[in-house]
Amino acid sequence: MRLSKRAAVGLVGVAALLAAATGCGSDSNSSSGGGSGSKNVEVFTWWADGGEKAGLDGLVGAFSSACANEKFVNGAVAGGAGSNAKQVLAARLQQNNPPDTFQAHAGAELSDYINSGKIEDLSQEYKDWGLTDSFPKGLIDSLTVNGKIYSVPANIHRANVLWGNKTVLASAGITKDATSMDAFFADLDKLKAKGVTPLALGKDWTQQMLFEAVLIAKLGPDKFKGLWTGSTDWAGSDITAAITDYKKLLTYTNKDRDTFDWTDAEKLVIDGKAGYQLMGDWEAADLDAKGFKEYSYSPFPGNAGVYQWLADSFVLPKGAQNVDGTKCWLKTVGSAEGQKAFNTKKGSIPARTDASPTDYPAYQQAAMADWKSNTQVPSCPHGSACSQGWQGAVASAQGKFSTDGDIGALQNALVSAAKQFAKP
Amino acid sequence: MTLRLRRWAPGLLLLSPSLVVLGIFVYGLIGYTVNLSLQDRHNALPAEGYAGLSNYTNLFTEPTGRFQHNLWNLAVFTVVFVGGTLVLGLLWAFLLDRRARAEGLFRTVYLFPMAVSFVASGVVWRWLMNSGQGDNAGGLNAIFGDLHLGFLENPWWTAPRWGMAAMALPAIWQLSGYIMALFIAGFRGIPGELREAAVVDGATTWQLYRSVLFPQLTPTVLSALIITGHMSMKMFDLIMSVSGPQWITEVPSVYVWQTLLTYDYAKAAAIAVFLLVVVAVVIVPYLVHVNRVEKRS
Repeated sequence: MRLSKRAAVGLVGVAALLAAATGCGSDSNSSSGGGSGSKNVEVFTWWADGGEKAGLDGLVGAFSSACANEKFVNGAVAGGAGSNAKQVLAARLQQNNPPDTFQAHAGAELSDYINSGKIEDLSQEYKDWGLTDSFPKGLIDSLTVNGKIYSVPANIHRANVLWGNKTVLASAGITKDATSMDAFFADLDKLKAKGVTPLALGKDWTQQMLFEAVLIAKLGPDKFKGLWTGSTDWAGSDITAAITDYKKLLTYTNKDRDTFDWTDAEKLVIDGKAGYQLMGDWEAADLDAKGFKEYSYSPFPGNAGVYQWLADSFVLPKGAQNVDGTKCWLKTVGSAEGQKAFNTKKGSIPARTDASPTDYPAYQQAAMADWKSNTQVPSCPHGSACSQGWQGAVASAQGKFSTDGDIGALQNALVSAAKQFAKP
Repeated sequence: MTLRLRRWAPGLLLLSPSLVVLGIFVYGLIGYTVNLSLQDRHNALPAEGYAGLSNYTNLFTEPTGRFQHNLWNLAVFTVVFVGGTLVLGLLWAFLLDRRARAEGLFRTVYLFPMAVSFVASGVVWRWLMNSGQGDNAGGLNAIFGDLHLGFLENPWWTAPRWGMAAMALPAIWQLSGYIMALFIAGFRGIPGELREAAVVDGATTWQLYRSVLFPQLTPTVLSALIITGHMSMKMFDLIMSVSGPQWITEVPSVYVWQTLLTYDYAKAAAIAVFLLVVVAVVIVPYLVHVNRVEKRS
């Protein structure tokens, strides 16, 4: 056996490499499973800092007193407004190695997970925990897919709120926010005459929000809801009219909107360079945090009595290691204590209708009253009305419209997106 | 037989780890992606079967013309980026070839931007290319305004049709120095006798460069074209940090990312394969050419 030295070295090298490769493989498989008797509950979120982190901490406090036997494990993935976390989550779900529970927008965005059988039905738990009666009916309707409910919302935000700088508005002679689109256009003209940007706007999803507010004003809540379930026709002339109004609104906005995040648009309002901005009610917490007091808020014109909601929720993934622990977490999330602990810190309102308003700041008190009395409609850019694929298609079409203003093309794109993604 | 094996085996054995890894992680995954791109798999569910080439044809029939728009953006970016780096790189190399003083210093200065990552320079250029004008101006527009050069203020990458030309500026800034280095090496590789002969024959400087030196740079130009060209087609990080994912500046690689986020695996794979083919069309002939030249020599 006179195998040369070189060959021997080569053999050893190959063997070592193969060993290393297989070693890595088996390592990553075994490290993440926690064993079946585990008492850990891994909660996967993208709440890693700011008010969101504070809210999560509050929730964890409530969880550890309600479920003393279970241990909270923070599985937060920071960055990219959740897009990083979604990538990691998708990979883990593909490998059938889910966290014990994960954060997802409540509503239609969950359909991707439901269709692929990645999350469990929670309808029975809803009855056991009394959630069916504590959440308003409009919310329950939107959460229900084919008679089943798959997620527990931790909070509610409102999307269709018009924020204003009181000082700027007063200087243009506006004392009361408009309640109809026509009156609103008149006010915007006054602001334009003052030489400020009448309506501050940001990029993609912020434009989607503005467009949806116009749709609600034109169609009313029922027809608007129908857009996402297939009962309202996207090709209708009322949609064309809404797009026309929206196009007119864009002429009142800052030209560099496609470079702006929502906080950049917010800064225009704070600095007195813009009169109005449409944004979700996380803006209240942000304005307070930035020490800006002179802001006004009202539902977007024509949106009175309509509460466009979005919610963060938690689910029970199929194959979760610690099902009992996860259920205890979900129960805490849905409970009055849990919702209070979370929402007073995050600046949103509880989904439950039995919360005590006195625990909350002024804006949230008003929002809670509206939440009880208004009609609830979902939002596409925030996942409560449509799937992620639909969101992407609309965002792209809207981005195109922002540059070319082609009404027919936008409507065509919306029609074909609905055709592709709406449930028949 | 054994003799032949003995000559062969050790080399093959030493190569085999990288061959295996290449086979699996490059060619295996290319195969996987091509296979995926032919399936009917548009959500997180397993595929429902094969869809043939419809994933590819669907790219071109979307009502917004999104993919064509992507390709247009990519074309504008590539032309400006490749052209810009070539012209600047050649100009700088030409100036340094004239035995400029402190050549080493200039070479280093021009090469430095290459050390910066696209993400880092993208963040800075995002601010420099602020599209606000007049009172809202920031970055370069504000500088133009202060210099009373207001007519130079422009919307940069937010211009609907030609915005990608502005997007190429940071890339040009970063890669020109590298192309310059290639050209300097090219100039230095030309034997001094040729220059001397031309000067003896009474050629002017312009004639020297035009007829003697530039023609010898063709291989350098080709390498520069290939290097910048394939970088340009895969450009992702720079665009993501300057504009983020959005319609105006979307190119196929960003589209792939967007599609993957919405679990449309087949479509993402189709775009990726399309991009691979486009890059291959540029690179494979070059590799073949290089191979042939090397064999000849």
